[in-house]
Amino acid sequence: MRIGVVTFPGSLDDGDARRAVRLSGADDIALWHNDPDLHQVDAVILPGGFSYGDYLRAGAIARFAPVMESIVDAAGGGMPVLGICNGFQVLCEAHLLPGALVRNAHLHFRNRDQMLRVQSTTTAWTMNFTEGQEILIPVKNGEGRYVADEAVLDELESSDRVVARYVGGNPNGSSRDIAAIRNEAGNVVGIMPHPEHAVEALTGPSTDGMTFFASVLAHLGGKVGAEA
Amino acid sequence: MTTTENQTVPAQQARGESPEAADGKPDEQAPDEVADTEVIDDPEDESDEAELESADVHAEEDFGAQEDLGTRDGFSPDDEVVDEPDGPDTVPLARRRPDDRQPYRELGLQDDEYAKIRDILGRRPTQSELLMYSIMWSEHCSYKSSKVHLRQFAEKAVPSDRLLAGIGENAGVVKLSDDLAVTFKIESHNHPSFVEPYQGAATGVGGIVRDILAMGARPIAVMDPLRFGAPDHPDTSRVLPGIVGGVGGYGNCLGLPNIGGELVFDPCYQGNPLLNALCVGVLPVGGLQNKAATGPGNSVILLGAKTGRDGIGGASVLASATFGSGSEARRPSVQVGDPFAEKLLIEVCLEIYRADLVVGIQDLGAAGIACAVTETSAAAGTGMAINLDTVPLREPSMLPHEILASESQERMLLIVTPDKEHTVLAIAERWGVPATKIGEVTDTGRVVIEWHGQTVVDVPPASLADDGPVYARPMREPNDLPLMRADRAETLPRPTTGDELRETLLKLVASPNLCDKSWVTEQYDRYVLGNTVLAQPEDAGVLRIDEESGLGVALSVDGNGRYSRLDPYAGAQLALAEAYRNVAATGATPVAVTNCLNFGSPEDPQVMWQFAEAVRGLADGCVELGIPVTGGNVSFYNQTGAVAINPTPVVGVLGILDDVAERLPMGLRNEGDVLVLLGDTRNELSGSEWAWVMHEHLGGRPPKVDLAREKLLGTVISAAAELGHLSAVHDLSDGGLAQTLVEACLRHGVGATIALPESVEPAVALFSESAGRALAVVTRGHDKAFTALAEEHGLPWAAIGVVGGSSLAVREQFSVPLDELRTAWSGTLPALFGGLEPTSN
Repeated sequence: MRIGVVTFPGSLDDGDARRAVRLSGADDIALWHNDPDLHQVDAVILPGGFSYGDYLRAGAIARFAPVMESIVDAAGGGMPVLGICNGFQVLCEAHLLPGALVRNAHLHFRNRDQMLRVQSTTTAWTMNFTEGQEILIPVKNGEGRYVADEAVLDELESSDRVVARYVGGNPNGSSRDIAAIRNEAGNVVGIMPHPEHAVEALTGPSTDGMTFFASVLAHLGGKVGAEA
Repeated sequence: MTTTENQTVPAQQARGESPEAADGKPDEQAPDEVADTEVIDDPEDESDEAELESADVHAEEDFGAQEDLGTRDGFSPDDEVVDEPDGPDTVPLARRRPDDRQPYRELGLQDDEYAKIRDILGRRPTQSELLMYSIMWSEHCSYKSSKVHLRQFAEKAVPSDRLLAGIGENAGVVKLSDDLAVTFKIESHNHPSFVEPYQGAATGVGGIVRDILAMGARPIAVMDPLRFGAPDHPDTSRVLPGIVGGVGGYGNCLGLPNIGGELVFDPCYQGNPLLNALCVGVLPVGGLQNKAATGPGNSVILLGAKTGRDGIGGASVLASATFGSGSEARRPSVQVGDPFAEKLLIEVCLEIYRADLVVGIQDLGAAGIACAVTETSAAAGTGMAINLDTVPLREPSMLPHEILASESQERMLLIVTPDKEHTVLAIAERWGVPATKIGEVTDTGRVVIEWHGQTVVDVPPASLADDGPVYARPMREPNDLPLMRADRAETLPRPTTGDELRETLLKLVASPNLCDKSWVTEQYDRYVLGNTVLAQPEDAGVLRIDEESGLGVALSVDGNGRYSRLDPYAGAQLALAEAYRNVAATGATPVAVTNCLNFGSPEDPQVMWQFAEAVRGLADGCVELGIPVTGGNVSFYNQTGAVAINPTPVVGVLGILDDVAERLPMGLRNEGDVLVLLGDTRNELSGSEWAWVMHEHLGGRPPKVDLAREKLLGTVISAAAELGHLSAVHDLSDGGLAQTLVEACLRHGVGATIALPESVEPAVALFSESAGRALAVVTRGHDKAFTALAEEHGLPWAAIGVVGGSSLAVREQFSVPLDELRTAWSGTLPALFGGLEPTSN
């Protein structure tokens, strides 16, 4: 399995996402923002960081990167795409996911070990979780407050598209404690906390993050199996 | 036109070897009557508003040097000068008008220093040269007051085969294995952080990161020892959130984990907060870069951001002036940071290193291009020809001295052989980073700088970089020290009953210096790069360096200004001891030391004495511990009016862990583990947090220093860890045993029951800050083997308790539920600086 991780100028957790991919047993493929070629990857991760410095609005410039055109196309065709933190912001800017991520309600960057409840397991990236499972994943962002208008929030909730919520305290003031959402098809997921920083007991608060990567491999494996 | 005439002056003459240049010396021919009229209509003064303003010199009519300086009378008023009010000051002009008065005093130069510059050049300096000398010879850049003392670090250094580079380079480099090395250094950015907290702190982080990058290393983590005035002072609520925001804003955006630091409050820092920043980087053993601009004909390339009017004169003015109430007027001198530009700069440099494309490299910090070109040439004994017209400018109207002294951030100077120039430029292009050839290395031994076809600088580089003034300043023990030392905290009333002890403990854990620091540390990314094994609030930051073998490093930075105020020699050693102990507490072997010495004005003999004592203490301490000082930084003039900060040597220690999986954390986890207190507890309360919080008292002598004991403690911890006896270790320092227990319990919410040793009274047992101690958390069933090991090494020990329960219980005295402890411990900073709990909506 080949999982691509995009590096934009200013991407910071790209190396960590690639490490997580390797630890899950897949091949990690470095994708470059300026190169539309997806190098035959089976899935794509948009990593955390501050793409292009994020001086304008987080993710606002990254969505215009040449690689994003290919990713938007591939996502339309069902390729699993996971946007983590800045990657989530890019997915919203690219309109692959609804809503937006704005500055934390308390106006500070915040890094802490965060409990999440997995709400939706009908996605390519969460199918190996059980619904309602509580997991511990680091959160670290300055602009992580998910917002959308009430109709969109209602729609997300009624269509099982809230993938995870913050529990035990909302670290940034996100609407309805939303930490992660998915698109209608379930192949595109945006998550504000960092699963790639919860894949080793030595360096993370848990290894719960590994299930995201195991899920996509199961999803891809199942698909390959079904096609075969 | 004058300009053409100037250009026709042969370069050799411009170098000032001609005999008549001596006419320009100060103290000669300075008729007062001429001076008065000349000052007003000096065309240069009028045209130089930018320089004067940026250097914060508003003294055009008040040249302190009027009497001493040569004036215009040596130059015949035939002509040209009047015609060129806007022209730059050039070398030919300096030769033709040797007696122009120059604002050297306002730029921070002494009379004799100015005379020395004229001696070196054989003429008066041009404006650009004057500014360059004033910055390069400032305390900040030249270490002129500290050099005579800092020598001890090299002279007393213990030989170490691990040290690949030491003092004199940008940062010390320590060999970890046959393939890998690490480099680390700590630096201050105190004054800028007071003037403009966010940008001052941000660029402080940016600067130390570039120092590490210039060694050839990939920066992998930062730490930030911070000191502020009284926590409830209105200005602290301006300075602290700004500085913390700046450290986080820059470091987070750069993708460097922040793995530790300090947060200390004391009224002595009210007008002089301390922002010290440490960076650590990793490099291949053979990948060490150096700054020497060797090889005449090689290209000099400026890489990174465009040059603007940032921080011009900042190095000398900001770093050497004492702040009064008018500090807002200094704001334009603080540089503005762009972490995204620095992130790209890092990637470009690392790619260039991997392909072995540079001969030499130097980061641009204080004094910008001026410093980088002179230091790189001086290091190689070569010269350089620079054309300032090629420097990409943010503001095209910049004058040559502004371009030279600009402290625009995120820039590096590269020395590249001509055949590799194209590749270097292509790599920079790929990352979208500007890179421009601005000159060539020469064999002339002179740095010659042209601007608009005219020579504005022609100097021997070593005269700026290495031959600055050196002072052995007078020193005197502070007048108030004998009285302070006589006023011992051990004589203050102490709590005796269980209730009093309980109340004291709760008050201490809620005090600003001992409380939960997560209000600050949650604003820093500690996870990025995925190799952070331990970070604050653990004793030391631990980083995995090699994912295969688990090889890693542990780092701690510590200082205690109150101890140093009472005894700077001991204070520096106690800072060293604490950092050493913190590193050893993780199971690592300490191998190298860096330091940041924060003091008042070196012109005050009492401050100079404190400085000399602290340096001597640190150098002697390193000898005793057997680990070398690999580099450091001095920050003087941390004072408001006549009042200096407490002398504050901050010491960083780096240790090695062969396998970071074996590191020891600090928190209690397993019920039934046995708590063993290692070391001796004495009645040592002077300079303690207890004395400060309960009595606002500072007096007496700091705790006894016993570095042999610190070493022994480290040896025993390391041996016990290897044998699997320990599940955790937490050092004892500020706040004593009580604080150590509270932190160990709250880390994972696991309580403990303690029986205090009977050798000392309970208050001393709980709050004394005796050094050389640690709390060992011994795995159940290993306690006999562990204490036998301590016994064997001659390390005093006392089994004081057992892990378990949901409270901290001290037998026969008191018990506090962990919830109550946590509430007291974690409420302080949010109450002072605003909560971080957003409402759910």
